[in-house]
Amino acid sequence: MNCDFVLTTCPYCGCGCNFYLQVIDGKAVGVVPCKTHPVSKGTLCIKGWNAHQFVHDEKRLTKPLIKKSGRFEEVSWDEALDYTAKRMLEIKEKTGPDSFGFLSSAKCTNEENYLLMKLSRGVMGTNNVDHCARL
Amino acid sequence: MIDKVRQLVVDLLDSGRADAVLALANVHANVQPYLYKKGDSLDSLALWPKYSMGPILKSIQAAQPDMKLAVVARGCDDRALVELAKRGQIDLNNVQIIGLACTADEATECECANPYPANIDVGNKVDGVASTDLLAELKGKSYDDRLIFWKQAFDKCIKCYGCRNACPLCICEECILEDDSWVKAGEIPPPFPIFHLIRAYHLSDKCVECGECQNSCPMDIPLTSLYALIRNEFNELFDYIPGAEIDRKSPLVTSLEEDPIREETA
Repeated sequence: MNCDFVLTTCPYCGCGCNFYLQVIDGKAVGVVPCKTHPVSKGTLCIKGWNAHQFVHDEKRLTKPLIKKSGRFEEVSWDEALDYTAKRMLEIKEKTGPDSFGFLSSAKCTNEENYLLMKLSRGVMGTNNVDHCARL
Repeated sequence: MIDKVRQLVVDLLDSGRADAVLALANVHANVQPYLYKKGDSLDSLALWPKYSMGPILKSIQAAQPDMKLAVVARGCDDRALVELAKRGQIDLNNVQIIGLACTADEATECECANPYPANIDVGNKVDGVASTDLLAELKGKSYDDRLIFWKQAFDKCIKCYGCRNACPLCICEECILEDDSWVKAGEIPPPFPIFHLIRAYHLSDKCVECGECQNSCPMDIPLTSLYALIRNEFNELFDYIPGAEIDRKSPLVTSLEEDPIREETA
């Protein structure tokens, strides 16, 4: 029997509270706030306290999906990325950069959000970039 | 002190008297609970800041009931383990407790009245903090003023349920604080004083003074002072200290075959 405590940053908002996911035999069973973390100091809000609950949810996507003939089908990452890049270039060519809006997520790191901003402004050429939980 | 704990842990694991020892570890400059097994390096062993061991031990036993466990337990952990065992939450027959007495500084930081376990293996017994400035201040207030004090304190509550989640003795399978007839979902602050008094009364015969509720409160509500006042009243009425005697059940869960408790009249 293995019981591990995995330090992680809360995936919900941008505060950066830290907690341990208590993992028993590979399954996240609970949250223990990290008392020594300088941001959260052993406290969490209701979202952080329940952050282990979605980890093993059956509804989580585990593979990329592409809608083909009206139905989502599981595809490889290569196929998904190639398809997305091709369509984005086509749309940019046809209707312009402001046809796009980029929505980033609090469930990403600061660096990942920065990269999406760079993709939006630097690659696609639009300022239509926002975030689900800017505080 | 820590070297002595290290030695006790190594002895338990190497001799096979324990399959695993629940303690704390310093990993990448953060302190966390850690389940040590035979062969693990004990360089990382840590003692402070304390984490509540009872609920973790309970989750380990739920996954593997026959595991021979040992746990490094401070006074509050020790009392929580006893109270959890009394209430059928854990089985102490398979658990060895390494009793760790808190230092005077630790006792002061926790404002702990009883900073030592029943059996001390490491450390020396120091006097607890008998009362706090806030407790004295509250006792000096009229009931109306106390109500104003708590109303103001609980107005800050963001209903994170951290006090309940962190509490080693909050063990109800269905929490009444999630029942919409008492506490409406999605509204803050929660109803005053029902939300906090339900918790306080539920804990009146369980609270082991670990302070985890207050430590986990993001709004710095002085919860331990409220529970101390209720616990003291309870103790005066029933002469019962949660976590003190393993063979004595709480007066709130004993049957009515015994004589009813009446207030003495002159």
